[in-house]
Amino acid sequence: MTDRAAITEAVAAQIEPFNKKGVALTDTTTFQHDLEWDSLTVMDFVAAVEDEFDILITMNMQAEIETVGQLVDTVEKLQSK
Amino acid sequence: MSDLFSKFDALIAEREALMSTGIRDPFGIVMDEVKSPTEAVIKGKDTILLGTYNYMGMTFDPDVIAAGKDALDQFGSGTNGSRCLNGTFRDHMDVEEALKEFYGTKYAMVFSTGYQANLGLVSTIAGKGDYIILDADSHASIYDGCFLGNAEIVRFRHNSVEDLEKRLGRLPPEAQKLVILEGVYSMLGDIAPLDKMVAVAKKFGAMVLVDEAHSMGFFGPNGRGVYEEQGVEADVDFVVGTFSKSVGTVGGFVVSNHPKFEILRLVTRPYVFTASLPPSVVATAATSIRKLMHADNKRGHLWANVHQLHGGLKKLGFRLPTETAESAIVTVLLDDQEQTAAMWNKMIELGVYVNMARPPATPTGVFLLRCSLCAEHTPEQIDTVLARFAEAGRAVGAIA
Repeated sequence: MTDRAAITEAVAAQIEPFNKKGVALTDTTTFQHDLEWDSLTVMDFVAAVEDEFDILITMNMQAEIETVGQLVDTVEKLQSK
Repeated sequence: MSDLFSKFDALIAEREALMSTGIRDPFGIVMDEVKSPTEAVIKGKDTILLGTYNYMGMTFDPDVIAAGKDALDQFGSGTNGSRCLNGTFRDHMDVEEALKEFYGTKYAMVFSTGYQANLGLVSTIAGKGDYIILDADSHASIYDGCFLGNAEIVRFRHNSVEDLEKRLGRLPPEAQKLVILEGVYSMLGDIAPLDKMVAVAKKFGAMVLVDEAHSMGFFGPNGRGVYEEQGVEADVDFVVGTFSKSVGTVGGFVVSNHPKFEILRLVTRPYVFTASLPPSVVATAATSIRKLMHADNKRGHLWANVHQLHGGLKKLGFRLPTETAESAIVTVLLDDQEQTAAMWNKMIELGVYVNMARPPATPTGVFLLRCSLCAEHTPEQIDTVLARFAEAGRAVGAIA
């Protein structure tokens, strides 16, 4: 498994408890429209992802992240630092 | 037709659906008469005010009112200008002196509202490349200060010392950091473990801002707030507060001992680019603040009222977020929007005004009714309130 595939899998595992409607995940799945998350869910989810990967995703970065793929890219970039 | 307002369609529809159930607008209450800090007339009905943040009941204090009237006579109705230009009068300086006396600090800076105090301080002191670390349940004015500025923003889970420490540990050690905390969180009325959090912040070399809007006058030996009660005064760099709660007028402030503090008067946009408070407002605030330094009786009454209400609601079987009363805010948790609105409506019909709040103003999706106590509430008023809570709670099925 590539690093990216492993990160995607780990991100998907973090999404799962918040994916109340069982939406199928792809790189283009959006948090706001497809998963229908509100700002409070986003807060909980981001905290969980940060702890999973031992990184920080600032609110400034979060503003740029709309899809699962973009989140995986961000995690990949932050981990390689 | 689609235009810029289309984005509000869902909210408009939700509001219309709620109003169509025949309830009064929870966000459109008008007080036709205000009889005292605890009583008003709303739609012709005598109503007990239990949601005003008028903690110390200073709004009708005769000395406070006299100071305001004198200032109106001597200085006129307004200043017409910024603090930096023509908007600083004698009493703006005097209220800053009163704050320095109250908080025992070297510096104090008064803003036109509490919202602007947070907006100004937060957006100005943390700049590009600096980090702000804030509690997820922080007040809107703190968030807006973050968005107005250029710092990197990191949130930690509400009141979690461990979560704060983890996040501080992931930041570049050389970066400048500002940790923002609140003494009392205004939705659930819970207090922060400031002693532990401030120690963690200092371990990582961060500056600390504590918002004590909801504690002034009745926490700590000098009434300075939760940070004083928990003994961390020496390690808090900035305390933000407001005149619109315990002080009983309007305005906001920051107090600090930082030797370069005064430069903020020239660089803080929400301070510079707005008109200063009217002379009558700062005169009432100065008088009220000095009286709060010796308000032991009021303080005792306030805490007695808090315990009577919290204990009474618990006994009735309401769901409360804290096991014991932690602040002068007592919140009742309810199931959903419909029940909360019905309960709020019943309470206003019975002659008790409380605040209704819903997400996103509340944390983790909770619907609630919020009560704030006043030192001037009588035990009989609290008994009346409890009887009405029981009646309304049973009517909407919130309690058995």
